[in-house]
Amino acid sequence: MSENKTFIQSICTIQNSEIILDGETIFKMEPTSFSDFSKKAYQDFEVNYPKFFKMDSLSKLAFLGAELLLKNEIDDLKENNIALIFSNNSSSLDTDIKYQKSISDAENYFPSPAVFVYTLPNICLGEISIRHQLKSENSFFIFEDFNPAFMMKYASVLIDSKKADKVLCGWVEYLDEKYKVFLYLVGREGIIEHKIETLITEFNKQLWKH
Amino acid sequence: MEALKQELKEKIIDVLNLEDINLEDIKDNDPLFGDGLGLDSIDALELIVMLDKDYGIKLVDPKEGKTIFQSIETMAAYIKENRAK
Amino acid sequence: MVREVYITETNCITPIGFDVAANIKNILGSVSGIQLHNNLELMKTPYYASMLNNDEIKVAFAKISSIKNYTRLEKMMILALNPIVKKAKLDKRTGFILSTTKGNITALENPTSANFQKAHLSQLAKNVADFFGFKTEPIVVSNACVSGILAVSVAKRLIQSEMFENVFIVAGDEVSEFVLSGFNSFQAMSDCPCKPYSKNRNGVTLGEATAAVLVSSDKENAKIKIIGDGSINDANHISGPSRTGEGLFRSIESALTEANINSNQIDYISAHGTATPFNDEMEAITFNRLGLENVPVNSLKGFYGHTLGASGLLETVIGIQSVIENKLFVSLGFDEIGVSEPITIIENNSDKEINYFLKTASGFGGCNTAVLFEKVN
Repeated sequence: MSENKTFIQSICTIQNSEIILDGETIFKMEPTSFSDFSKKAYQDFEVNYPKFFKMDSLSKLAFLGAELLLKNEIDDLKENNIALIFSNNSSSLDTDIKYQKSISDAENYFPSPAVFVYTLPNICLGEISIRHQLKSENSFFIFEDFNPAFMMKYASVLIDSKKADKVLCGWVEYLDEKYKVFLYLVGREGIIEHKIETLITEFNKQLWKH
Repeated sequence: MEALKQELKEKIIDVLNLEDINLEDIKDNDPLFGDGLGLDSIDALELIVMLDKDYGIKLVDPKEGKTIFQSIETMAAYIKENRAK
Repeated sequence: MVREVYITETNCITPIGFDVAANIKNILGSVSGIQLHNNLELMKTPYYASMLNNDEIKVAFAKISSIKNYTRLEKMMILALNPIVKKAKLDKRTGFILSTTKGNITALENPTSANFQKAHLSQLAKNVADFFGFKTEPIVVSNACVSGILAVSVAKRLIQSEMFENVFIVAGDEVSEFVLSGFNSFQAMSDCPCKPYSKNRNGVTLGEATAAVLVSSDKENAKIKIIGDGSINDANHISGPSRTGEGLFRSIESALTEANINSNQIDYISAHGTATPFNDEMEAITFNRLGLENVPVNSLKGFYGHTLGASGLLETVIGIQSVIENKLFVSLGFDEIGVSEPITIIENNSDKEINYFLKTASGFGGCNTAVLFEKVN
């Protein structure tokens, strides 16, 4: 297995109605509902992708993070081999609860297919793949907390084995209006070395400010 | 039937999360699927649930949906004919 | 030099057997786990499904533990893992992967805060891991219906990256009201036992099961070698497969390239074959694109139903027996071919020398996984 180094090329965090890219606040609002925040961010980014509004909260969250990190990465004229390796603690529970409500009352029993389809955490990877036409390695993992040891090893092995040129990976957690995104792009070039210690430092630095 | 058509347009925007679409954008005879509003297979399934939930119509054969959901006009005509609520 | 990785232990808990041998015996006798059920708590009308018997689970579990408060799914998973973990020494070089789509989702039926915690997949993994005393952080793979076989790929990659020497995997899902109603809302449920690849197929039959394997860098006692993998997204639609099977095509190609073999060397394919009109058609197109139309293919969904997060691993466990015993198992439920491109469905149990075996799966979200295996001599 090749021992070539990999680097963290870009980091995006989303928390408390604020989106930060590489240390710079890209979008911020006074704390508001996620629905309101995500809609305003979407409009601010001038995305023009109506399917956004069909997505559940987890997918909208993942979508916004990926939108910023992939903005300057996607070359429309060639295949972009950027793997998507995401993780969280709650899986799709926020939407699962919503779906469960649609089947809990025997008198008002109307299971919704549009809600059911989002009761899997990997759907957000599908949404990002479709948006950016990424026919690449995709996997979704569940941990109690962000697991830098695992993420570092897995992203590295994908690049070392040439299954991916770059990896967009990290933590996308959403449950009942509480959300945390720590997404980053890993590649063969860059300045910040892709190591477990670096990931821990960056995660703590970015997400525990408030 | 005008009121029903208006009601359907409002419901479709709400139920299918068509955030960027306004009522005036939906013409009575425009195709809802394919090129028109660009609805897809999941939207079709949601409309089948809506027929049951709001109008008491249970589609025996889901394939019927193709003709019923062609446009607001065809939807309104079908609902007027078959509604139980 | 890339490490070689093997599967050295397998087990499964299904409606047709609580060990691998019992399952193979029933498969050879064309005994399916699919039956008509009438359980109003799960669905208002009768439905076909392949379901485990609650009493059998309780009796089997009581033999290994007297603790009562594990959930039904946890008992199923512990039962699958027990015979293969109890022989092992668990240390920091041993990983633990749990594959599931919905885990203890039935806990949401009674919304208390304790049940809410129970519904968390990390809690499920912790409960199962603690039963055996695993020393490393559990890794949960939750990636729709490819989870079970994706877990094998993840284990192999982690061993090759030298994060672990051994990885135990357990995969499982239950047939619940949650999932039955969801597939029903998609008009995706068959009104008879599912018929993969058949002209009159009209949807899935759900099933529940657990399966467990040990993935290891140790060749001794190896049952099979893992030689290539790929998990590529279609980038087409979140609930329907790409019509050209783009993601599955690239996943198989990625596995072939890594294994350094040609598609004409594959002896047997255990495909996904859920019996929905779209899935089976997509697979037929994909296999044709790769020149695999003459390779014997089966779907095991006719025996087990679609076991969701368990399916990829359970079907791999059975596929490994095919390789070891040089036997092709019938694609139960198939009658008349109903896909637009020719493929070779296994219509009867038969003998065949199998050296290279391909397992494929596809799932909601446009995901696909392909893993190539090689016989160990």
